[in-house]
Amino acid sequence: MGKVFAFHGGIHPPENKKQSTRQPIGRVPLPRMLYVPLQQHIGMAASPLVEVGEKVLKGQLIAEPVGRISAALHAPTSGTIRSIGPHPVPHASGLDSDCICIETDGEERWAEHQGLGDYTQLERSQVIEHIRQCGIAGMGGAGFPTDVKLHLGDDHIVNTLIINAAECEPYITADDMLMRERAEEILGGIRVLNYLLKPSHIMIGIEDNKAHAIHTLEKVLKGCELNLDIRVVPTKYPSGGERQLIKLLTDIEVPSGKIPADIGIVCQNVGTMSAVYRAVHKGEPLISRVVTVTGDAVAQPQNFDTLIGTPFADLLDAAHVYENKLYRLVMGGPMMGVTVEHDQIPVIKTTNCIIAASQDEMPPAQQEQPCIRCGMCEQVCPAELLPQQLYWFAKGKEFDKAKHHNLFDCIECGACAYVCPSSIPLVQYYRFAKSEIRTEEAEQRKADHARQRFEARQARLEREKEEKEARRKARAEEAAKAQKARKTPEAEATAQAPDLASLKTAAAVARTKLKKAQKALDAARESGEGDISELEAAVATAQANADKAQQALEQADTAAAKPAAAEVDTKQLKTAAAVARTKLKKAQKALDAARESGEVDLATLEADVNTAQAAADKAQQALEQAQAGAAPAGDADVKQLKTAAAVARTKLKKARDALKNAESKGLDGLDKLRATVEALETKADAADKAYQNAEKAAGGSAPGEPKAAPVDMKALKQQVSIMRTKLKKAEAALEGLEGEERTQAEQALQELRQRHEEADKAFKAAEQAQIDAAAAKGVDLKQLKIDAAMARAAVTKLERSLSKTEEADARASLESELVAAKRKADALNETLKQHEPA
Amino acid sequence: MSLIRMSSPHVYKANSTANVMRLVMLAMLPGILAMTLFFGWGTLIQIAWAALLALGFEAAMLKLRKRPLGFYLGDYSAIVTAMLIAVALPPLAPWWLTGVGVFVAIVIAKHLYGGLGQNPFNPAMVAYALLLISFPVEMTRWNLPFVLTGEGWSIAPFFDTLGVIFGGAEPVFFDQFTGATPLDEIRHRGGLTTEEAWRQSEVLAQGIGAWHAVSAAWLMGGIFLLYRKVITWHAPVAMLVTLGLISSMFFGFDPDNYADPLFHLTTGATMLAAFFIITDPVSSATSNRGRLVFGACIGLLVFIIRTWGNYPDGFAFAVLLMNLAAPFIDLYTQPRSYGHSRANKGRGGNS
Ligand code: SF4
Ligand code: SF4
Repeated sequence: MGKVFAFHGGIHPPENKKQSTRQPIGRVPLPRMLYVPLQQHIGMAASPLVEVGEKVLKGQLIAEPVGRISAALHAPTSGTIRSIGPHPVPHASGLDSDCICIETDGEERWAEHQGLGDYTQLERSQVIEHIRQCGIAGMGGAGFPTDVKLHLGDDHIVNTLIINAAECEPYITADDMLMRERAEEILGGIRVLNYLLKPSHIMIGIEDNKAHAIHTLEKVLKGCELNLDIRVVPTKYPSGGERQLIKLLTDIEVPSGKIPADIGIVCQNVGTMSAVYRAVHKGEPLISRVVTVTGDAVAQPQNFDTLIGTPFADLLDAAHVYENKLYRLVMGGPMMGVTVEHDQIPVIKTTNCIIAASQDEMPPAQQEQPCIRCGMCEQVCPAELLPQQLYWFAKGKEFDKAKHHNLFDCIECGACAYVCPSSIPLVQYYRFAKSEIRTEEAEQRKADHARQRFEARQARLEREKEEKEARRKARAEEAAKAQKARKTPEAEATAQAPDLASLKTAAAVARTKLKKAQKALDAARESGEGDISELEAAVATAQANADKAQQALEQADTAAAKPAAAEVDTKQLKTAAAVARTKLKKAQKALDAARESGEVDLATLEADVNTAQAAADKAQQALEQAQAGAAPAGDADVKQLKTAAAVARTKLKKARDALKNAESKGLDGLDKLRATVEALETKADAADKAYQNAEKAAGGSAPGEPKAAPVDMKALKQQVSIMRTKLKKAEAALEGLEGEERTQAEQALQELRQRHEEADKAFKAAEQAQIDAAAAKGVDLKQLKIDAAMARAAVTKLERSLSKTEEADARASLESELVAAKRKADALNETLKQHEPA
Repeated sequence: MSLIRMSSPHVYKANSTANVMRLVMLAMLPGILAMTLFFGWGTLIQIAWAALLALGFEAAMLKLRKRPLGFYLGDYSAIVTAMLIAVALPPLAPWWLTGVGVFVAIVIAKHLYGGLGQNPFNPAMVAYALLLISFPVEMTRWNLPFVLTGEGWSIAPFFDTLGVIFGGAEPVFFDQFTGATPLDEIRHRGGLTTEEAWRQSEVLAQGIGAWHAVSAAWLMGGIFLLYRKVITWHAPVAMLVTLGLISSMFFGFDPDNYADPLFHLTTGATMLAAFFIITDPVSSATSNRGRLVFGACIGLLVFIIRTWGNYPDGFAFAVLLMNLAAPFIDLYTQPRSYGHSRANKGRGGNS
């Protein structure tokens, strides 16, 4: 038996567990009607597969999971679907929700089902899928679908599996009885998880008030091949809280805002283990569970094996309820359970206990007195918060301060309210504050959207005004210029080029407009407000304008700068790709946030992400194609390899961190971690090697572009630069001209451009000749050497800044730069090598 | 079916403010008994008188503030305040002195600030400080322990004491039954070294036992409160340790001019304050760490006031000063919450 640690605070409420453990687990007479809620946990509701009037068999799939966090539902028994619609469900809100209502036929005819046999022969993913299909969900707390937790083994290293058998809440004995009577099943379930998660250590955490269950477990575990410990923890509420139990068993605290899997720990409830066993070995889906029915208002407190969907009334009858004594009906334990007002509420996968309390047992709360700041709440808070401060902040609506005092780390265990001498319903205050903060944040988001929209509109109006003004001015200027031009006709010749510049401006303006319009549209779409169609129309117009401007510009441009075109294109494409990537990231973030909060329409968001992804992919492809044209092939591959190498390295680092952490904590399962780290190391090395090879290949094939041969080129160069200056001047002068002068000027400009091009060509030809000559003669080794050294220096510099940069985007661009620089350096080296022997 | 709907938790510990206050009163009993034994009936009379007044003022204020009378009177907090004032005042203090004290405590320091839980200052200490400044003569006329007033157990008779408190008395009475406290003697010892003072002063030489005994009685009560988890050890221990350490330092450095640590720990209001006054949750720091700081600062201030200040015992001032600092201490002594690597500091938010 291993060492057990401690957590701060905790209370010792009267246990009241003995009442319901006198009888073995019983059975409830088959209810006439079963109500199976479509949503029994956070995440997405399942989508029904059956229709009203349809006959179903026991264990038949009646609703399938939608999305990742969702659980399948099965018919708890054979019968006929009577309705699918709202019915009271066990939820703190007390609201109705959609349920599948089945009228039972009493035949209990099973659908065909079959276990997996020797599951160790199957792929892990297959076993997990089977568990998902069986609708297994956490039966202790929030009812989180179990398969989600089982997939954790894929991207987390699970070194500890904790089976939560603490059952710290008073009254509840469902897990206790399950362990007494079905310890074998639980062990079977643990074996399955052991196969799936491959933990290095398994611990069962159980409170010391369950001597019988501990004894049974020990008997079953004798000679067990698993590395499994039973850890008996002292009885103290809330030792069964996931985070508290982890602290108790491992002395590790789950960092705030993280999940246990982040520190290599997975928690499962004993009830879930039994369900997993049944699913894997017998193929039985989760259609029943053990429920404790207790409280002073029932004559025979007992645990019952209950079909999911059984109305509370049936259970209460089975335990012989005293209707007149019943005062409060609690689902769950007395500390964290919720009251239900309706006895037709059905049992769901997470219903572990029903307390039918009399008034003496759970009297109405005392009148709230002022807080005397006695600090008793602080002494018992398992999250080590300052409950009375939180209370003042919640009461005073000082939510910022409440957040600062870690309100969101409160697990609502109720320990503080339990001890408060002033009978302050503290938990209620915290719930209020939390929900207020959540709505506030939601509203803030909305307001932000509204503000963005408003600002966009404002900016547009402003722009329109400015443009009008600009047009007016332009007209005035034009008139003035026209007069001047008439006076000095020779100016015409020079005043020709501007067309290109103004076109560029126009195109840029159009683009900006388009962007803004699109932004506004996006904002509107996100918030789902505003007149989207109008905005869309605006975007379309802006698009058309931009296209037109662009076209005009391009036409003009192609004439002027054919050689430059390709380059520009690549650049634009790059930007486009980057933009697309950013968009994608944003969309993904939004999706993640939405997933977490479980709000908002996930489907649309997902679709958004997909579109963004597609766009990003396309942009990337285009870019790559363009680059492939311009740059040596294989570049994209190199990049990918590089990313792969980086990913491998990151993983390796993470694993190393985990290892270090584990080492410092002296955790078990070090060996496994070490092995993982080693494996990752090899992987990272391999990735690195592949990357380097690829890069070398790419670098090798890259065309060498020696920069030598300066001397007699000078004159030519000068000529070209002169032409360029002239051209620019002409372009500048053309600005503001319109009409006839413009066309004339344009013609002049055209001529100029041609001349420039010719000069350029001549220059280039000369250059080429020079290079060839140099290559032939092997001249200018010195220059080459210097160049090579410089290129190498550039590479190192880039590498350094890359290692310093954190931001993903900046990294990406740096990385591509680095690749280019490397290529250049390699090429230069190559040339150098060729020349050196000569 | 008519079931009620309620928020969790559904069970509560049988625990109430009244319960807490009752325990505090119970814990004061040994100290009260010891005071009566050594200094006469005055203490008991003061307690009864103060409690009566406190209930009256409390009721009047509740009425004015339109609060339910029975509900709030039943929490005993007013009586506890009254008892603390009564044991802090000289046992032979005239009735009006106690009256003013209780009035200040209940009406001004408590209700004008918003009632129980809202008062930033410890009401009993506000009253005590005000009286000490306004009526220094009456406040420093402390009883002599019985060993100094005659043969055997010779405290002043009950009815004489009653007469003194409510009617005024001849100076003869005061001459016989009152005198300086040990702290006064040390404070006003003129040019004598502490050792000489010890030898010359009757109170110090023979009477000090009474103060030791009373302190021990308060300590007993304090331990009871700790045992019943009404208070935490942090503030008292921090205060006593600080006071002990600092006085030892000075005493070890210059025993002629400074009193020894035992003297500091067992005279004046040290023990009473440690367990019954600075542990008043309303006006002290909230977190355990905060209480450590709070207690330690009070210990330091008390030593400073006793040694260099104008008043012989500085508890009231030290406590009030630290009451003032408590919210600030709270901001910087938040506990490290589960799952956080560091404790938060400061107020957070933007207000
Ligand atoms: S237990 Fe109640 S009265 Fe005491 S400090 Fe906490 S909230 Fe205030
Ligand atoms: S309900 Fe929240 S504040 Fe209260 S004890 Fe539990 S965790 Fe602490």
